[in-house]
Amino acid sequence: MSILIAWILRAIPFGTIIMYGAMGEIMTEKSGNLNLGVPGIMYLGGFAGYGAAYFYERLAAHPNPFVCILLSLLCCLAAAMAGGLIFSFLTITLRANQNVTGLALTTFGMGVANFFGVFILNGSSYSAAPLANKAYAAKIPFLSEKFGTVSQLLFGYGFLVYGAVILAVVLHIILNHTRVGLQLRAVGENPATADASGISVTKYKYLATCLGAAISGIGGLYYVLDYNQGIWATTGQIEALGWLAVALVIFTTWKPLNTIWGAYLFGVLYWLYQFLPGILGITVSSYVTDLIQMVPYVVTIVVLIVVSQRRKKENQPPASLGLAYFREDR
Amino acid sequence: MKEMVTGKEPFVRIIKRDVPSKKDQVIPRVLAILAALVVDALFIFFVTGLNPFAVYGVMFQGTFGTSIRFSWALRDLVTLLCIGIALAPAFKMRFWNVGAEGQVLMGALATALCMVYLGGALPTALLLVVMCLASLLAGALWGWIPAFFKAKWNTNETLFTLMMNYVATSIVACATNIMRGQASSLGKLNMGTQAGWFPSLLGQRYNINIIVVTLVMFLMFFYLKYSKQGYEISVVGESENTARYVGIRVKRVLMRTMCISGAICGLCGFLIVAGKDQTISTNTAGGNGFTAIIVAWMAKFNPFYMALISFLLVFLSRGASEIASAYGLNDFAVDIITGIILFFLLGCEFFIQYRLVFREKTRKEAQ
Repeated sequence: MSILIAWILRAIPFGTIIMYGAMGEIMTEKSGNLNLGVPGIMYLGGFAGYGAAYFYERLAAHPNPFVCILLSLLCCLAAAMAGGLIFSFLTITLRANQNVTGLALTTFGMGVANFFGVFILNGSSYSAAPLANKAYAAKIPFLSEKFGTVSQLLFGYGFLVYGAVILAVVLHIILNHTRVGLQLRAVGENPATADASGISVTKYKYLATCLGAAISGIGGLYYVLDYNQGIWATTGQIEALGWLAVALVIFTTWKPLNTIWGAYLFGVLYWLYQFLPGILGITVSSYVTDLIQMVPYVVTIVVLIVVSQRRKKENQPPASLGLAYFREDR
Repeated sequence: MKEMVTGKEPFVRIIKRDVPSKKDQVIPRVLAILAALVVDALFIFFVTGLNPFAVYGVMFQGTFGTSIRFSWALRDLVTLLCIGIALAPAFKMRFWNVGAEGQVLMGALATALCMVYLGGALPTALLLVVMCLASLLAGALWGWIPAFFKAKWNTNETLFTLMMNYVATSIVACATNIMRGQASSLGKLNMGTQAGWFPSLLGQRYNINIIVVTLVMFLMFFYLKYSKQGYEISVVGESENTARYVGIRVKRVLMRTMCISGAICGLCGFLIVAGKDQTISTNTAGGNGFTAIIVAWMAKFNPFYMALISFLLVFLSRGASEIASAYGLNDFAVDIITGIILFFLLGCEFFIQYRLVFREKTRKEAQ
């Protein structure tokens, strides 16, 4: 039982990282833009947020946790949106190929974050922003203590975990129950028709891609300042998480509400290798552990195949996903 | 009055060029690279305070400094180029194979397994042949799987191949773990016997890699340009409906081409393991599978342009690590510099495809 609880306590924060990444990407893809720059954007957001928190803690005489959260969040959003803007400009205005631009953005974002990260590290193997971590990881005061296990499982996380769930619901409502959402989906399904009905395709694509990038960026921020205990180190970890977020988008069949359970399920699957042997009471050799790590990806592939085989309309990717739109190009 | 007339006209109109002339193709690209170098120079100057020209000079040394460095650069170039060549037929068919990383890894794994388990049993020449065949097969299989589902149910290949990368990584991690046993790392395979290692040819360690890839480059050029299959690929890429109408079996072309694409990726894995690293890890492909996508796309699937672009990228990355050691910066500068150059190159495609017509000019034309 205690192993199971520990497993869930690991899975939910892990899921939250990729949930942000995936929600941002869903929003982007709904406009017909396949942004493979998610890992890069998560790097940009995570690093900008971390950098802001780090310098604020260093330079301010009496650092205030709220200001710290505000500053890091703003910097994270700005950096991630800048990444989204580069992608938008190249793919929407200049009609560059989306796959290639996305991959270039991943390279770029990773480079920027790690390059400047090394200056902050200044020779040591990692650096930390403890105050920001405390602020981000603060649990809900009363609820997180009073009800034993329930408190632990439901109320024992930083505020961004709950923010992700709320955001998923909000995104669901916007996409499916508002005019803006309808028009956005129209742009992703068939931009020519949307254009003919008077919707500004360019505006929708830009907005969805930039806002989507901002949301994805929060995933990087959450990873650095909460999940990774406010520690910045030069690793390739965020890149792997970014691709997992792209996988999650497929897994949820482009529905924000599905990210809630999908992300946590991915978290459970990701940590499968560490907790399952304990629960079953067996010891597993390390090479089997290596093999188990492919499970989230295999599950995604299976979902991808099943979805394409069933051909249910509501589960398909946006019809014009990955294609640039040029009004005169028909 | 004039204001009213021009007010209706947009400030700038975009017109598609029919067939861009050679000049229209080359000039924007050269300008884009120059502009990117200027932006990179500004970046270098403002972030590090170093003289950009001196930095570029040091970068130049990274590739051309000594003959050893040059041979390293050539080695890296052919690795990248080989994957780019592998991707070309798939992309030309509009099949987004972003799974080169995984296909290379599977080829590398097949090679490594042959080296370890057949190393003592077979004579060298036969061993090399078996290694090569195994890597081709493994790569082809990894490329065929997504193509099969694409052909059968139109499963999205971009996402499928992307996921296959991580499945391959995990398999390689598992296999290296078994092969190393209790040791902390795998080390070079067959260190004592050197069985399955490429011998150095004409005094150069990497000559076999270079020769093989050059050969593949020419073969692919002729395959795409002059063979019937190459023609089928370009028809499918232009329009699947047309292809079906003229009697091309699209599904078969799809699977066949991806087998070829995967097989060449596998071959690259073979070259890396046997000719370069003599070992295998999850980093064997080292991101080349992703970079090669950019190479293949930018070169518009022409193997010779691919060689040029691979050279540019390898030159940059070699140069950046040279800067890193000379100025105490870090290797990640290369990702930024490469990223900026790629952004500019991607952006300049627009100016090759389209022509901008400004308001002033159209009014004159009207008169």
